[in-house]
Amino acid sequence: MSRTDPLLLDAARKLLRAVADPQGRRGDGRDRRAVWQALEDHGLTRAWLPEAAGGAGASLADGFAILTLAGEVALDVALAETLLAGWLAAAAGLSVPDGAMAPAGTADEIELDDDGLLWGRAIAVPFAREVDRLAVFGKGPDGDGFVALVDRTACSVEPRDNLAGEPRDTVIVDRVRPSAVATAGDDLGGRLRAIGAVARACQMAGALQGLLTRSVAYAGERVAFDRPIGKFQAIQHALARLAGEAAIALAASGSAADALASGGDADGAFLEVASAKIRVGEAAAAGAAIAHQVHGAIGFSMEHPLHLFTRRLWAWRDDFGTESAWAVELGAHVARRGADALWPMLAAR
Amino acid sequence: MTGAIHFDQVRLPASAQALRREVRAFLADEIAAGTFDPRRGVASAVFHPEFSRKVGARGWIGMTWPRRYGGGERSFLERYVVTEEFRVANAPVGLHFTADRQSGPMLLRHGSERLKAEILPRITRGECCFCIGMSEPGSGSDLFAASTRAGRCDGGWRVTGTKVWTTAAHRADYMIGLFRTSPRTAADRRHGLTQFLVDMRAPGITVTPIRDMSGRREFDEVVFDDAFVPDEHVLGEIDLAWKQATSELAYERSGPERFLETSYLLFELVRVLGDRPDVRAAEGIGRLVAQLHALRRMSVSVAGMLEAGQEPTLEGSIVKDLGTTWQQTLPPRARDLTAFLDPAAPGREVFDALLDYATLAAPKLTIQGGTTEILRGIIARGLGLR
Repeated sequence: MSRTDPLLLDAARKLLRAVADPQGRRGDGRDRRAVWQALEDHGLTRAWLPEAAGGAGASLADGFAILTLAGEVALDVALAETLLAGWLAAAAGLSVPDGAMAPAGTADEIELDDDGLLWGRAIAVPFAREVDRLAVFGKGPDGDGFVALVDRTACSVEPRDNLAGEPRDTVIVDRVRPSAVATAGDDLGGRLRAIGAVARACQMAGALQGLLTRSVAYAGERVAFDRPIGKFQAIQHALARLAGEAAIALAASGSAADALASGGDADGAFLEVASAKIRVGEAAAAGAAIAHQVHGAIGFSMEHPLHLFTRRLWAWRDDFGTESAWAVELGAHVARRGADALWPMLAAR
Repeated sequence: MTGAIHFDQVRLPASAQALRREVRAFLADEIAAGTFDPRRGVASAVFHPEFSRKVGARGWIGMTWPRRYGGGERSFLERYVVTEEFRVANAPVGLHFTADRQSGPMLLRHGSERLKAEILPRITRGECCFCIGMSEPGSGSDLFAASTRAGRCDGGWRVTGTKVWTTAAHRADYMIGLFRTSPRTAADRRHGLTQFLVDMRAPGITVTPIRDMSGRREFDEVVFDDAFVPDEHVLGEIDLAWKQATSELAYERSGPERFLETSYLLFELVRVLGDRPDVRAAEGIGRLVAQLHALRRMSVSVAGMLEAGQEPTLEGSIVKDLGTTWQQTLPPRARDLTAFLDPAAPGREVFDALLDYATLAAPKLTIQGGTTEILRGIIARGLGLR
C-alpha cells in the first residue's frame, strides 16, 4: 500500500484554496499566470520529478492526491499536464527544465525520422498553446518507442477548446528537431495513458467533492416556499445521491492511484485504472446533473462558478480514454479470462 | 465538519488473503460433495444445519468475538473475506448469518454474562439461528411507531402484538425484538422502545409463513399473545433502544453482502456471453465489472476504517445505498446484454433461470435492512442537511 505525505498535502490544499478559489473567478480576464507561478514557486509542478532531476521527489500517490485537491477547486492551469509530461520525460531518462509542459502524441501520432526530426500531428493536446514545451511519445524509424522534448514555439498549434473552454489543441510538427530525445520502452505509451486516466479520475473525484460541498451549502442558503430548499426531502435525497457519486469517485480514483503508486501486478493495475476511469466518468455525469438541478437557473449562468466544475467534469471524461473505450477493453479482457477468473481478479485487489 | 467524505486506502492484509484460499478450498470441497450448487438460485437464505455446523467447526462464525465465548478474536477484515467468499459461492448461510452479523454483536454489547456464556458459543458452532423482530403491520421504515407491547410482570415481561416480514422466524431459536415498554413522549417520539432477547419456543408465540412473490418462504408473521420474557433478557436500557445500535449499523450496512447477494448473475452473464463478446456486450461487461470493483473497494475501505476504530457512518450508509441500487440494476442490464444471444447458446438455460431468480429477488434489496429512502435521509443528516 502506498503512503501519502500529510504535511505536503496540507500545504498543497492551503495553497490551492488561496490561489485558485473558484468563487473569485470570473471567466476570462483573470491572470492565470500568477496561479501557475504560485504553484511553481511551491514546487507542486515538479512533484513527480526525482530529486536528482531537480524535482520534489514526491511519490506518485502524493501527486494523485494533489490532483484530487486541484479538482476540488476546479484548477484551470496545466498542473496535471506538467506532472504527466515530467513523469514521461523522467521515465525515459531525460532531464526536465522548468516551465509548463504537456504530454502529446499519446496515440502514435508523431514519428521520429532517420535524421532525428519529428513530424506528425497530435490532436486534443491539453494546454498546448500555453505551455513552454511538449513531451512527445511516439515511434522511431525502427518502430521503437521514443520520448522527445520539443519547444512549443517550434510547433504550429491550431487552437481548439474542450467543453470547459480549456485548450485541447491540434499540434503539428513538421520536421522539428527536439531539444532532447531518448528511446523508450514500447509500453511507456500505455503507462502514460494509464497514469493520465487516473490523473483525470482524481481531478474528477475532487471536482465532485467540490460540487457536493457547494451544492449542500447552496441548499442551505437558497430559500423557497419559506424555507431553505435543503429542508425539502426531494432536495435532501438528490444531495444524498450526489454524495454517493462523489464517494464512489473518491474510492475508485484513490484505489487506482494507490495501485499505480504501489506497482505490482499488471493485471490488477489494469482492472483498477479501467474501473476508475469508467466509474468516475459515470459519476461525473450523474453528479453534474444533480448539482445543476439543485442549483436551478443560477447554476446555468456564466456568472455562477458552478460551471467551472461541471464543464470540467464533462470534458475530463474524454481524456485518456472515455468510459466506453475503457469498458470495451475491460469487458474483452474479462471475457477472455473467463467467468471463473473474474471473482479471483476482483478479490485480489 | 459534516459533508466531508473520506476513504483510507485499505488493502486486505496477507493473513486475510491466506484465509481466503482456505475458505475457497473448503467451499470447493462442499460443492464437489454436493452440499450446495453455486449456480442454483438465491441460496444465501437457505437453511442448511449440517453446512452451518461445518462452518462453525472451521471457526468462521463469530470470528471477531472473544475466545471465551467461542470466538476467534480475528480481525474484521478476515471476517470480511469469509463473508464475501461465501456470498460469491452462493453458499447456504441462512442459519447462521444473521446471528454472526448482528445478533451476536448485540448480545456481546448488551447481554448479561450468563446469556453471553450460554448463547454465543452455540452461535459460533453454527447451531443457533436468530431472527430480527423490527417491522410490524403498522411500523416499517418508521421503527419508532412499533406498538407490540411488553408489560411488566412478576420476574419479567409479557409481550403482546405482531411482528411481520421476519426473515427465518420459523427456523429461529431466538429473536431480538423491539417492543414498546412505555408510551412515546411529547418531547421525543423515539422514546419508549426496548430491545429483548426472545426464546422463540416460549409459549404464546405463533409463527405463520408468508410466501414472497417468487413463491418462496423466507419470512413470517410472528404473533405474541401474552408471551413471557424474563428480566434477564432485556438488552440495553429500558425505553432507550434508539440510543443503541449505531456503530454496529455501519458494519451491517457496508458489508459485501450489500453488493454480492446476486453477484452470481454477473458471473453467469460473462459465461453465457462467451470469450469473444461483441463490442456492445464487452462494454456492458466492462461497466458492470468497473462498478462492482469500485463498490467493493469502497466497502473494503469502510471495513478497514472500522477496524482502525474510526466511525465512517456516512461512508457506510453510502455503501448500502449504492450497493443495493447497483444490484437492482443488474438483472435488467444482464437481460439487455443477452437480448440477441441465441436462445440455444450453451449455458443459456442456467443463465435464464438465474436471471428469473434475480429479477424476482431484486425489489427486496432496497427495502430490507433499511429502505433506500431511510438511508438517503441518514446520508442527508451526515451532510448536515437535517
